[in-house]
Amino acid sequence: MTNLTLTIISKQGEVEVIVPQGATVMDAIKAAEQQVPHFCYHKRLSIAGNCRMCLVEVEGAPKPVASCHWPANDGMRVNLDSETTINARKGTMELLLANHPLDCPICDQGGECELQDQAVAFGSDRSQFQEMKRAVDDKEIGAKIKTVMTRCIHCMRCVRFATEIAGVEEFGATGRGVDTQVGTYVEEALQSELAGNMIDLCPVGALTNKPYAFTARPWELQHTDSIDVMDGVGTHIRVDHRAGKVMRIVPRECDAINEEWMSDTARFSWDALSTNRLTTPMVRKNGKLTACGWPEAFKKIEQSLKKVGRDKIAGLAGDLHCAEDYYAFNAFMKETLKTDNVDARGDGACVDSTNHAAYIMHTPLADIEKADAVLLIGTNPRHEAPLLNVRLRCLVQSGIPIAMVGEEVDLTYKYKLLGDNPQVLEDIANSKNSFGKILQKAEKPLIILGSNVLTRPDAKAVLFSAASLAEGIGAVTENWRGFNVLQRMAGRVAALDMAVHPVAGGLETKGILKALSENKLDVLFQYGDIEVPCEMLQSTATKIYIGIHLTEQAQTADVMLPAAAYTEKNGLWTNIEGRVQEAKAAVQPPLQAKEDWKIFRALSAELGKPLPFNNQAQLRQAIVDICAIYNEPNMLVQPEWERPGKAGKMKDTPFTLPVTVENYYQTNEILRASNTMVACQAEILEKRKVEEAA
Amino acid sequence: MTTVAITPMNEQQHTGQTPKTLGLNLVWDKAEKAKVKSVLAKYPKGRERSATIPLLKLAQDKCGGWLPVDAMQLVADTVNEPYIRVYEVATFYTMFNLKPVGKFHVQVCTNCACLIRGSDGVTKAVKDIAGVDSSGATSKDGTFTFTEVECLGACVAAPMMQIGTHYFTHLTEEKTKDILNHLKEGGDPLKYADTPNAASDPLHNGDYEEHV
Ligand code: SF4
Ligand code: FES
Ligand code: FES
Repeated sequence: MTNLTLTIISKQGEVEVIVPQGATVMDAIKAAEQQVPHFCYHKRLSIAGNCRMCLVEVEGAPKPVASCHWPANDGMRVNLDSETTINARKGTMELLLANHPLDCPICDQGGECELQDQAVAFGSDRSQFQEMKRAVDDKEIGAKIKTVMTRCIHCMRCVRFATEIAGVEEFGATGRGVDTQVGTYVEEALQSELAGNMIDLCPVGALTNKPYAFTARPWELQHTDSIDVMDGVGTHIRVDHRAGKVMRIVPRECDAINEEWMSDTARFSWDALSTNRLTTPMVRKNGKLTACGWPEAFKKIEQSLKKVGRDKIAGLAGDLHCAEDYYAFNAFMKETLKTDNVDARGDGACVDSTNHAAYIMHTPLADIEKADAVLLIGTNPRHEAPLLNVRLRCLVQSGIPIAMVGEEVDLTYKYKLLGDNPQVLEDIANSKNSFGKILQKAEKPLIILGSNVLTRPDAKAVLFSAASLAEGIGAVTENWRGFNVLQRMAGRVAALDMAVHPVAGGLETKGILKALSENKLDVLFQYGDIEVPCEMLQSTATKIYIGIHLTEQAQTADVMLPAAAYTEKNGLWTNIEGRVQEAKAAVQPPLQAKEDWKIFRALSAELGKPLPFNNQAQLRQAIVDICAIYNEPNMLVQPEWERPGKAGKMKDTPFTLPVTVENYYQTNEILRASNTMVACQAEILEKRKVEEAA
Repeated sequence: MTTVAITPMNEQQHTGQTPKTLGLNLVWDKAEKAKVKSVLAKYPKGRERSATIPLLKLAQDKCGGWLPVDAMQLVADTVNEPYIRVYEVATFYTMFNLKPVGKFHVQVCTNCACLIRGSDGVTKAVKDIAGVDSSGATSKDGTFTFTEVECLGACVAAPMMQIGTHYFTHLTEEKTKDILNHLKEGGDPLKYADTPNAASDPLHNGDYEEHV
């Protein structure tokens, strides 16, 4: 490939840059570390070239050229600050503003609007237009996005995003010329779990965050970098807050994980952080939960533990906690209370901390694009990890073969359905199935096993056979790790790393639930919601609930202790790749609520056996002692390969999916407490009903 | 400072409200199926979307001269494209009608040549007979829909109008009235329509010289 040399001329002088053949003028300008104003161009979308804001003068060319799609040529001299360029920008800006309303004071984009900024920087202070502006009806596209379509400048970023990245072709431009309208044409709510990204992409205030509307101005907000916990991807987010209240959540750029996207559950669930929260400890008095102080609640717990045998105590943990909290809970149960009946695997998954390789993704997210054949087993990546699905979709679009063993779902791309039960795996392994040959031939095959597979009765056998298949097709070599277990909950990897499960013959989730139903337990510590029906947790045992929301499961407790949500504590979260990332506290826990590990520490002291850490630094050191990767957050450490599972007979019962489009927005307690998420789920179910009726 | 009225939105564009649908479960009938097949056969496999426009035309004929949403969806399903991609095409071209039209869709050219040659009279005649006062309107009895259109490529025989698939040329106000009345009474359009045009068609009857 030949290289091209261009000269970029700006106020700062002339710079020569070398770009590869096929680069655009925009690329060359960027290589010269210069900027060019633009609207429709976006580095992660296809090039459209329809806003004309990126016009620059190329010496010798008769007219200014649109740099975003103009091919760079050897010897080209590009003038960024010449009169022609400046006038071209002014002209474009004048045209864009001809039909753009002057409603910045009431526009939510104000202060972070590309049009506003560029009009100030590159526009003219007067316009030749005297005609009236056009007006466009707003579109109703669901509970997430508010539209003010008169503001649209037809850059088509939203349309390209929906088509290319989200894979839901429901957005388009209808009509022509001055009548062009961006929308769905037939009114409907967008059926995408990534729709919120269109808000970030829209350079003007046409698409804005609906629940955030009119609540804050960008310059009033304080920003805290954090990590999303609505799924296991570990999306980098920025929590925007004002006066101790989270106002909205937006993505941060991180090429290794979320590029610059974010799932809608992560973006739109912040209202749950101040809805239906547990804000003060409560104890049950005369059958009613009554607010009380911490000492009283602790006293009640102490009483209920008196003279109770340690095998009569059990602990269950949910899936929304960070490593510190799991560690503290585990230590509290096992060291303070001396019981081994503790489990954080509410779904009954068959993996434990002994084999790190059995519960994480071995392929780094950024390496997914290198794969050349993909096999999905019992998983629905679209709803278990939307941003992983974006990467898989990219792969499929480039022609990589992909197949699925499991339940048929809409993944936004076409795949080959090989069967619905584990026995197909055998056919694939001995190449009886044609896809087996494809995997055999592939140099970098990728296998993704859904976490729900681990909950089957024959889970160990399936895990074993999938892992052997991976070994057989060369997915576990020195240079390529293509065996992946996809966790759908944010806390699960950390919980397993912290060994929050019985290690000395104690009861597992299933055993605990059974003992509860037979009223064989006296005290149950429930830490967050468990993904089982509420009735299964009902028993005569004294229930102590430590959590953040007054959920259905919390309401049956005898003592309730208010904890901190993910935006309210500094914590280490481990994502599906096993990457440890630190989230910073953005705001304070509400009222009397406390950071979770502090609760366990204080309670252990109350019970006379204080846990051996007094601050977070000591706590983290204790974590590092049992799991070294926590020493270096953000690093990706490839685990030792040890074939997981155990050889055995696989059943022919079909794989099932815990998360589908029908419950995607309601998969954890934060989502269930969010009004926006409830509305999104209702929208989808409503649409389903209409479709079924038709 | 001049004030100009708000630019009217294209009447055909649906703004906000749900676009018109027939609420029917449309399917191609037998004859249409054969047509669909022959249209699709013109394009390579995997490029079925190229057939969108001819199929929309077919669907428009099927539905009495306009395209309900159901018809667009039928086309989308036929060419295996998302609905929105077909909506985009159908709303882009003015030849596709997005709301019902009368029995006769009268399209009067009001572009330069026709305007100079008297399309105002033609327009007036159509409006009078149909009893409508603006472009895009349909007469009460549903016989005529009047639309003003841009050049239809028959400038040489201006002024002209198109009704259905027929061209009526060299019009005057009187002639237009005659034609519309004739059609209203169920007359054969060919009595007036598609007349050979000597001036533009030297090969047709050889009297080119005379006309010059
Ligand atoms: S709505 Fe926004 S992103 Fe979409 S075309 Fe209009 S200006 Fe561009
Ligand atoms: S950025 Fe180049 S035309 Fe829009
Ligand atoms: S101007 Fe009327 S047909 Fe061309």
